[in-house]
Amino acid sequence: MEQESKTLYTILVFSENLAGLLNQITAVFTRRQVNIESLNVSASSIKGIHKYTITCYSDEETIDKITRQIEKKIDVLQANYYTDDEIFIQECGLFKISTPTMLNEKGISRQIRLHDANIVEVNPTYAIVTKTGLTEDIESLYAALQEFKCVLQYVRSGRIAITKSRREHISDYINEREEKHRQLTMEN
Amino acid sequence: MKETITGAEALMRSLENEGVDVMFGYPGGAIMPTFDALYDHSKTLNHILVRHEQAAAHAAQGYARVSGKVGVCLVTSGPGVTNTITGIADAMMDSTPIVVIAGQVGASFLGSDAFQEVDLVGVTQPISKWAYQIRRPEDVAWAVSRAFYIARSGRPGPVVLDFAKNAQVGMVEYEPQHIDFIRGYVPEPDIDPVAISEAAAMINAAKRPLVLVGQGVELGNAQDEMREFLETADMPAGCTLLGLSALPSEHLLNVGMLGMHGSLASNVKTQECDLLIAVGMRFDDRITGKLATYATQAKKIHFDIDPSEINKNVKVDLAVLGDCKQTLAQVNKLLKKNSHTEWIESFKPYFEKERTVVIEKEIHPTEGPIKMGEVVNVVTQQTGNKAIMVTDVGQNQMMAARYFKFTQCRSVVTSGGMGTMGFGTPAGIGAAFGAPDRDVCVFLGDGGLQMTIQELGTIMENQVPVKLILLNNNYLGNVRQWQAMFFNRRYSFTPMTNPDFMKIAEAYRIPCQTVIDRKDLAAAVRTMMDTKGPYLLQVAVEEEGNVLPMCAPGHDVDDMMLEFK
Repeated sequence: MEQESKTLYTILVFSENLAGLLNQITAVFTRRQVNIESLNVSASSIKGIHKYTITCYSDEETIDKITRQIEKKIDVLQANYYTDDEIFIQECGLFKISTPTMLNEKGISRQIRLHDANIVEVNPTYAIVTKTGLTEDIESLYAALQEFKCVLQYVRSGRIAITKSRREHISDYINEREEKHRQLTMEN
Repeated sequence: MKETITGAEALMRSLENEGVDVMFGYPGGAIMPTFDALYDHSKTLNHILVRHEQAAAHAAQGYARVSGKVGVCLVTSGPGVTNTITGIADAMMDSTPIVVIAGQVGASFLGSDAFQEVDLVGVTQPISKWAYQIRRPEDVAWAVSRAFYIARSGRPGPVVLDFAKNAQVGMVEYEPQHIDFIRGYVPEPDIDPVAISEAAAMINAAKRPLVLVGQGVELGNAQDEMREFLETADMPAGCTLLGLSALPSEHLLNVGMLGMHGSLASNVKTQECDLLIAVGMRFDDRITGKLATYATQAKKIHFDIDPSEINKNVKVDLAVLGDCKQTLAQVNKLLKKNSHTEWIESFKPYFEKERTVVIEKEIHPTEGPIKMGEVVNVVTQQTGNKAIMVTDVGQNQMMAARYFKFTQCRSVVTSGGMGTMGFGTPAGIGAAFGAPDRDVCVFLGDGGLQMTIQELGTIMENQVPVKLILLNNNYLGNVRQWQAMFFNRRYSFTPMTNPDFMKIAEAYRIPCQTVIDRKDLAAAVRTMMDTKGPYLLQVAVEEEGNVLPMCAPGHDVDDMMLEFK
């Protein structure tokens, strides 16, 4: 119900690799009573810099305040928010499926093919299926497999995202900051 | 060759390197190696032993507020540092630069629920500008330099250093550090020349401008720029509680304090101005009243150093980011010499109304019990409006803020955002160390005094020259006032049975006096100000006095109650 009036935003955060930052970032959401839908933290393309991909339902005014409060943290380099049309998105789903059921029900492998998913492991007890794509693609496969009551385990990852912008804001930011540091050092 | 010293000794040298001369603290198990190192540095690092760690934090705040330097606390782990939490949160709300250094169990014990272990970084992260655990002696110089840089730069705030015992005793080749750059931290946003020219154009075109002066003007040392700004464009200005001494009280364009217990004129005119210009303030709910109706008729400009403050509470038409000392100076160059005589004249009937209905009765009563406002008025007069005003929280604070007058900057020490009772006495101690040449007058209620009354011990031991003015009404007066106004006079746990404060002062060998009759007040204040060292002046004030005028919470800012019967 809450989600109907709100937009799904993706916040991309770049930070130094220091202990305790994740805590500080998630606390901003907690204080404003916004639930995090998904969260992914990993190394970025720049050495020593971590990238957080966080999604949540919110309105633009709140997401703007949240983003600025995250960026205010000392060792956060940059935080920006995006709607789905501004980014390329990928998620990953993992399914553990009962092998005997799969052998009995022909529809299962058909659904796997229809959804363009991959079987990456098979043994007499179970098979592992992976599916990358958008949330709805993965959930669609899950729903289809559930029809056959064959899913032993299912997990869907948080979103990862890359911006469509032609400028690399984080690289620009780091260059600007380092130029500033050079100037400061020269002045002293 | 670099000298090899302990981490604790490295801390001492790092503090000296930062120019620290006073700190407030309390020893305990996990910080003992550091206190041992301090023993050899007591000539340069004057450590003041408080009687409870909460007071160490508030004293550091008081010191920082009046001196503009970073206040320092040194406490032990666990309960020692959790006692400072109120002060850390208070400093965060009120943008006060302090560094709290706490002992911590050795790194190998971390996470094991060791004796007096607390997850300090976890506890303080949400209420500090930065919190860091020093686990190795090699990190001491770096962490201390970074802590001071973060605390004092940009929008100032509290920093917490959690100093593991092994890092205190371990050896390190010490090399001083000087950090003035952190890649991810932009203390002062770059100034946008377009915003500067737009601000000047909006101000030049305004017919009824009103300026809101916040503590940012004090923090940025921009008092002169602010005066030129106001005088060139001929704009009236109201001050926030923390911004009260950023503009002299008697300046012709100063229209008084803003907000809940502010001046009638400044609040009424907030709803009539055509341009509202906020400088270094954050539109607290105690300033704005009901947000939905707040100055909706006006265009708004917000000067601030912190981008996350823009549009946080009040949506503005233009943000001027940057250090206001520079942004104001740049706007000043583009301002037309202007005159808004008619607009400024229109404030006068409201000054007059407030004066006759509220102020005269409060500061010049001729009968009945002594009023709080009249005490404040006598003190400010006898100090030539030059003293530092420290307050506790509640009616004493609001009355002091309303009737104390300021001629010098950095003269207000009060707990604004947090409203911390018990703040006054320790903050007054800190202020006395931060401004040793100035008079420090601390206004307290009987409730707040008793929250940190143990600090009379600190005052005694160090002969701290604070003048404590106890406005005793035998009530938790502000809550009682709200109970009278909004809870049908049901005085739930606000009356107080008090001890004999004179006997307490005497026990601490602090000179003291009680005034009950109006005719004795001026002489008693004179005696207090003439007494060298500390003094406690107790004044028996009207028991059920009310702070007026008042904009009740959630009401329109111009909807001010002038009388309450």
